[in-house]
Amino acid sequence: MSELLRIENLSAAAEDKELLHGVSLEVSEGETHVVMGHNGAGKSTLGSVIMGSPEYKVTGGKLIFNGEDITALGADKRARLGIFLSFQNPIEIPGITLSDFLRNALEQVTGKHLKLWDFKKKLAAAMELLDMDSSYADRDLNVGFSGGEKKKAEILQLLILEPKLAILDETDSGLDVDAVKTVSKGIEEYKKRTNGALIVITHNTKILEALTVDKTHILSAGSIVSEGGAELVDEVIENGFEQFAGRE
Amino acid sequence: MKEKTQVVDIDRSRYDFRYEEDESEYLESGIAPEIIKAISDEKNDPEWMREFRLKSLEIYDHTPMVDWGPDISGLNVDSIVAYIRQKNRMKTDWEDVPEDIKETFEKLGIPQAERESLAGVGAQYDSELVYHNVRQEVAQSGVVYTDLESAMHDPKYADIIKSHFMKLVPPTDHKFAALHGAVWSGGSFVYVPKNVHLDIPLQSYFRLNAKGAGQFEHTLIILEENSYLHFIEGCSAPKYYEASLHAGCVELYVGKGAKLRYSTIENWSKNMYNLNTKRALVEENGTIEWVSGSFGSHVSYLYPMSILNGRGASAEFTGITFAGEGQNLDTGAKMVHNAPETSSYMNTKSISKSGGVSTFRSAVVVKENAKGSKSSVNCESLMLDSISRSDTVPVMDIRTKQCDVGHEAKIGRISDETVFYLMSRGLSEEQARAMIVRGFADNVSKELPLEYAVEMNNLIGLEMQGGIG
Repeated sequence: MSELLRIENLSAAAEDKELLHGVSLEVSEGETHVVMGHNGAGKSTLGSVIMGSPEYKVTGGKLIFNGEDITALGADKRARLGIFLSFQNPIEIPGITLSDFLRNALEQVTGKHLKLWDFKKKLAAAMELLDMDSSYADRDLNVGFSGGEKKKAEILQLLILEPKLAILDETDSGLDVDAVKTVSKGIEEYKKRTNGALIVITHNTKILEALTVDKTHILSAGSIVSEGGAELVDEVIENGFEQFAGRE
Repeated sequence: MKEKTQVVDIDRSRYDFRYEEDESEYLESGIAPEIIKAISDEKNDPEWMREFRLKSLEIYDHTPMVDWGPDISGLNVDSIVAYIRQKNRMKTDWEDVPEDIKETFEKLGIPQAERESLAGVGAQYDSELVYHNVRQEVAQSGVVYTDLESAMHDPKYADIIKSHFMKLVPPTDHKFAALHGAVWSGGSFVYVPKNVHLDIPLQSYFRLNAKGAGQFEHTLIILEENSYLHFIEGCSAPKYYEASLHAGCVELYVGKGAKLRYSTIENWSKNMYNLNTKRALVEENGTIEWVSGSFGSHVSYLYPMSILNGRGASAEFTGITFAGEGQNLDTGAKMVHNAPETSSYMNTKSISKSGGVSTFRSAVVVKENAKGSKSSVNCESLMLDSISRSDTVPVMDIRTKQCDVGHEAKIGRISDETVFYLMSRGLSEEQARAMIVRGFADNVSKELPLEYAVEMNNLIGLEMQGGIG
């Protein structure tokens, strides 16, 4: 399998405080990576920096996506190359319906105009898969959605936009058991349909049950302190992160 | 990595066309009684109107300049030609309208609008109505839609006009109301008889053309008991290099149980002083609904006022104001509860960018007799950059405890996080910002007639366009 994303010795800062210190990571096509770590370890920062958030400044290293150096690219260009971030706290946009927004985004990402009817069919199918009431399509994006509905809407976007690499930032947090199942079903469907790669930032294993984990990375204080396969996830769940402290 | 967006000015060339005004006659600049008499002669005013004009001029001379809002010292009323007379008289057939005027209208989409089954077009070219056409179905329903001058000479309407003209907005109201009373010219008269429900909207399109010309059109609408009307007023003006003035006046009488919806989109060129006065008197169980979009102009003072004069009367005001570079737009509304169980609802949005200033000014007055009344004011402002300004000046004068009055104001900026969210889905920064602004304006554009909503969306798109660098 060929390389999709290569993170080379990446350091990043927000407001002059360095939050990532020389992180390196490689993701090949179709792989599923899990990133774990304490709160504040830099997991979400890593996801945001890969997506190109203007909140963070890259202070060292680079990001290579499909052989192209994307370190200086804006988030919109990265999205068009096939990177997607499922937000931990999706933003509410009043006055723009989920359907209009998603159709607009799809046209930007694919560069193609899609007939309204075809789009609606595609959207309806994806919403059904996620047990989302069809009325959500005409509601303002994330406005008044519950925590679970917001996360479902993120996975809905994943299914419609079909990126090459999806970063799921604590998509399972705050969800009840059934909602985690539904969201997992969506992620499974995405994998099946596109063979896309995943970087899953999570605290628990439920969301991983339906997935084959290729690699696990443990972040601590902005550095990767341990790496392994799927077994590392179980180890963390059993023994916590303490064992990795000081391995830096 | 952080990209900056330079939001540039809208390309207004679409609106900035104008033709030679070779057929027009200029009267002398400045406002001497002779000018007023000349206007009166020209229009063959009835004696009462001639006196009204001269009396208004006197009031104008003795009323101090407005000094509580945006600066209007750049306006020299005396240098503005008060009245431009088209040599063309009223036309009822589109074929007879002169070519250049037709072209202007075509650029504004009026014939098209008409094709789309809008009922009547009363388009004002400079100061005179040159084209006026009311569809038969409208006329057959007994609705009168004509220009005010003609109606004043028609024995059927002469009295009703005399008893309503500038009774809601008297010349003593403020200096520009006095000026209007003296020099008013053109405008519409609409009369809807009892129980007539007009399903198709009436539309008028005002436009200033001659350089330095002021526009003082008067709109008088009377709805009898249990009638319904939707009136659409659109304004657009080409660009000038001298200060231009618009001091129109709108008077709306809404009878018992009647309902009037009055939609406006004003899109004046950016040297215009828009000092417009609009007022509605609503009787028992009557309803006035204002929808108002204010774009363009250099300075605007615009606060449509609703006087709820009968039990159960209600008023709703939905407005949006977009202030760009060099613009100071002072807009809002006034609600006067002068009877029990009346209700008013105000919902406004204002957007400012590139140093533009937008001020929301509202007043809610609940009189002692207005027991059991309800009022709600909701205003939201969005500033697109740090050099723009947005102010809120709400005034409340409540004289009874038995009422329910609410006010909510929100002033915000577009957060980087929101822009990032949209960009992470493939939208450029510019598209993301335009989408946020469009969403912000959405509940107002939904209230606008379709073609205006489309134009407003385009306008926002154009305003938001810019190079990234």
